[in-house]
Amino acid sequence: MTNNLRVKSSKFIDETYKISFKFNGTTYYGYKGDTLASALLASGIHLVGRSFKYHRPRGIMTAGSEEPNAIVQLHINTSRTEPNVRATEIEIYEGLEASSQNCWPSVNFDIGGINNFLSPILPAGFYYKTFMWPASFWEKYEYFIRKSAGLGRSPIEPDPDIYEHRYIHCDVLVIGAGISGIIAAKTAAKNGFKTLLIDEKSYLGGSTIYQNSEHFKINNQISSSWLEKEINEIKKIKNLEIKTRTSVAAFHGYNFLLARENLTDHLPLNQRNNKIRQRLLKIRSKKVINATGSLERPLIFDNNDRPGILLSSAIDKYSNFYGVACGEKNVLFTNNDSAYETAINLNQKGIKVEAVIDNREEVDSKLIKEVENNNIRVYKGYTVVNTSGYKRIKKVSIMKLSLDGQKIIGSKIYINCDCLGISGGWTPAVHLFTQSGGKLKFREEDQVFIPNKSFSDQISIGSCNGDFTLDEILSSVPKILKEFLNIKKSDFENLEVHSSFNKSKRNIWLLPSDKVIGKTKPFVDYQNDATAKDIKLALREGFRSIEHVKRYTTTGMGTDQGKLGNMHALGIISETAGSKMGELGTTTFRPPYTPLTFGTIVGRNVGKYFDIFRKTPIHDWHVENNAEFENVGQWKRAWYYPKNQENMHDAVQRESKAARDGAGILDASTLGKIDIQGTDASEFLNRVYTNAWSKLAIGKCRYGLMLNEDGMVYDDGVTTRLDENHYIMTTTTGGAATVLGKLEDYLQTEWPELDVYLTSVTDHYATISVCGPDSKKIISKVIPDLDLSNKSFPHMSFKNSKIDKIKCRVMRISFTGEHSYEINIQANYGKSVWQRCMEMGKEFNITPYGTETMHLLRAEKGFIIVGQDTDATMTPIDLQMDWIVSKKKYDFIGKRSLYRSDTIKENRKQLIGLLTENPDEVLEEGAQIVADINKSPVEMLGHVTSSYYSPNLKKSIALGVVRGGKSMIGQKLIIPMENKQINVTVADPVFLDKENKRLNA
Amino acid sequence: MFLIDCPYCGEREQSEFKAGGEAHIVRPKQPTELSDDEWAEYLFMRKNIKGIQFERWIHIHGCRKWFNVARDTSNDVIKVVYKMGEKPPTI
Ligand SMILES: [Zn+2]
Repeated sequence: MTNNLRVKSSKFIDETYKISFKFNGTTYYGYKGDTLASALLASGIHLVGRSFKYHRPRGIMTAGSEEPNAIVQLHINTSRTEPNVRATEIEIYEGLEASSQNCWPSVNFDIGGINNFLSPILPAGFYYKTFMWPASFWEKYEYFIRKSAGLGRSPIEPDPDIYEHRYIHCDVLVIGAGISGIIAAKTAAKNGFKTLLIDEKSYLGGSTIYQNSEHFKINNQISSSWLEKEINEIKKIKNLEIKTRTSVAAFHGYNFLLARENLTDHLPLNQRNNKIRQRLLKIRSKKVINATGSLERPLIFDNNDRPGILLSSAIDKYSNFYGVACGEKNVLFTNNDSAYETAINLNQKGIKVEAVIDNREEVDSKLIKEVENNNIRVYKGYTVVNTSGYKRIKKVSIMKLSLDGQKIIGSKIYINCDCLGISGGWTPAVHLFTQSGGKLKFREEDQVFIPNKSFSDQISIGSCNGDFTLDEILSSVPKILKEFLNIKKSDFENLEVHSSFNKSKRNIWLLPSDKVIGKTKPFVDYQNDATAKDIKLALREGFRSIEHVKRYTTTGMGTDQGKLGNMHALGIISETAGSKMGELGTTTFRPPYTPLTFGTIVGRNVGKYFDIFRKTPIHDWHVENNAEFENVGQWKRAWYYPKNQENMHDAVQRESKAARDGAGILDASTLGKIDIQGTDASEFLNRVYTNAWSKLAIGKCRYGLMLNEDGMVYDDGVTTRLDENHYIMTTTTGGAATVLGKLEDYLQTEWPELDVYLTSVTDHYATISVCGPDSKKIISKVIPDLDLSNKSFPHMSFKNSKIDKIKCRVMRISFTGEHSYEINIQANYGKSVWQRCMEMGKEFNITPYGTETMHLLRAEKGFIIVGQDTDATMTPIDLQMDWIVSKKKYDFIGKRSLYRSDTIKENRKQLIGLLTENPDEVLEEGAQIVADINKSPVEMLGHVTSSYYSPNLKKSIALGVVRGGKSMIGQKLIIPMENKQINVTVADPVFLDKENKRLNA
Repeated sequence: MFLIDCPYCGEREQSEFKAGGEAHIVRPKQPTELSDDEWAEYLFMRKNIKGIQFERWIHIHGCRKWFNVARDTSNDVIKVVYKMGEKPPTI
């Protein structure tokens, strides 16, 4: 089809700049300034997609972001393809390729169309009722449902485009650059406010800018000419920034808004290279002016969804702005004066209007008179009862309405047409206002929700505030602005306005039909295929809350969020349920107002910029020595060091054995370190740890458990008394920040009287742990001056020392059960001390080991890892660590909770060891533990928390938590796996050297 | 995203702060003297009201000081910000 429906040249379209594009494989032409929708309509294409559920043919319905039907897939290539793009918004560019979504094999022949004939068995809630049971079948149904109902395809490669985020701070933000927004922006900027004006379109001036009618004049100029001059003026104002192609996605509290600025999507493909595609603007504005306009309502009647049925205002825009006729035989159907503007305008351009059908019975206005004077038949008091034409409307049938508007009377009249414009009046676009927490009120006269109360410094003006006509706008907007901006006078007061619009409207939410409702398809939500029938069914089935009806029928849940039909859904519910519209409320309008790309949301935070990562001072050595890394919080920790193509298991077995046979070395710099000073430091530790600290001698170390007030283990670590009032506390790697936060919380809020100072010194020190039977020999070579005798330097003690004049702290502490030393030295010396240890340890086969070996070694010794063997439901008693809970201390954090009725129960999950019947069988961490597999339902006793093959014990070992496990030592339990069951025996969690001979060696 | 007026630093973005739950819940001085029910009252029971709620916030990515906030939970409007240890204002 190439018949040209470009009927009139338009100043918004550059006919010297021809652009070719492809739609569903066929090449078409349009001009610079066209959207995909206008260019398709100019080529006579209405059918652009299939509906979601019934696969009915659907056409372009609107000329804006509220479009429910004309959503297409843009395919540039597999990395840049984009689904759900509104054809009414995308500006055409050289190289554009688009195709219909939701149809297979093609939009003209769609197999899913059979759903249309099956529709009596596809009512509201059909999917819920049919496919949710039995639950296990869902996976099978889902595949077919997704295939037949998919809304587009996502790209299968990473997004190659560049996106970014930008913060903007301004005094006044004006959303929407229609006539009200232009007036607001000029008023604010002229009065010295730093102003930002945003509009989603590529041009300024909203719908007024293409209005070309003698019926609407300002100061004796046609309204569009007047506005054009104002726009030219505001472009020169210095403190006014204007952003077009920018859509406000979200309006949060405290005047914080997110907007998407589109920078390259309209450019020819070859001009986009290395340019930022889209930008997320994070706007904080002192004041916000909503000038978001209004959306025309459709009318709800049988078969109101055929291609060729458009909003009357869309037909108006296509002819006025794009110079495109949507049809050659037009019929307009309205309940207000708007459609007459369209009729007059089409008639002036020589586009045939067959008839105007008006719900209103006795109505007259200048606009109606002019239409009638042009010999266009006006049917007053009539309604459309049906339409025909499968892929394009061919005919409408109309009947007379009864006086109460609830029935039809008389006989049917048929009118042939290829385009039907519908107008159900206007709905203020209050989406952003309500997103910000604003409350609406219902205006009975014309059945609209308008802004009422808001909690931030904002105002709504123009048609989004319910002032729809030119005279209303120009009389209200300047007054509202004066008060809102607290200014004395406005340039826009006392304008002479001429507007012929008659405001009368006859609102009937669901128009009567000559058929029973069960036999009709009056669509309320076009995108989700929800009809008035579905809404009535939901009410019949007992749904009352508007939010429930919405979810059950899916009304308003599409990508367009039901911008067109939500009001009708509310109206039909209120009529059917007999409740008042104002009391029913509305559904919640959620951000984003129009969909955002993921690229815009993440901006530059992709790949290695996704999150910061922390490296230890010894990191480079690990890299040079072939370490594999694991993420622990934000840290990159050496995981294991494979040698000669070793796999992880082999490397860990080798490292683990070497650490117990000779010596191992671990980079422990990531452990949290908190410096604690003050005269009350000991008292403070007494209160935050479960054990006693007052009597810890200077130079000694002690292991501590920290609980929450609920008695559950929160963190653990070794703390060393450096001096009378000076301690250094270590925490787990992951818990460092939260432990410091928790300690600060208690100091600031519960015990401000304590003289204690906390400083995080995690990054200040490198920590090198050397363990194993040969560790003493190695340390004595690294620090020859240090007396390492057991008497002078026993296990759990500390010494200040020096390595080449550089001060360091050496602790004799162990997380492996081996004799071991920890050197803490200023971070920048970390790598060289590590290298010295490696050099001095060479003769003892010192072996670097990573976190995996560390975990294995501590599991052999039965040491817990908080967060792996505990999960915020474990008390120290559950962990068989009663020995660390002081009985003498009057109080510590969590103490009272240790004897709550729940924590003293005997059958709580308790930490135990597990040994497998087959010593080579290694359990899966997380596997369930049961006693009786034949009992139904099977009782879950607990789960495996840590599991390894121990090269030192030459058998599989595991830790787990089991109900009442403490008293089950020696008992046999079962671990059921997918294809087998594993028999285990409950054991003591300490598998190696229970007497601590190695530690004290 | 709120703006919170830290009593030590001034107005900053919410992302610099962390909420710490209901304010003015004092840790009992002698927990061991309390019954299970009394201890549970301190440990678990929170008002969670719709309307003005007194709550704790910390300027975690700033001065790291705790303070109190009176916030209307129905619209997030912060009425008053006051320091730890000060009495809740009458609103
Ligand atoms: Zn602060």
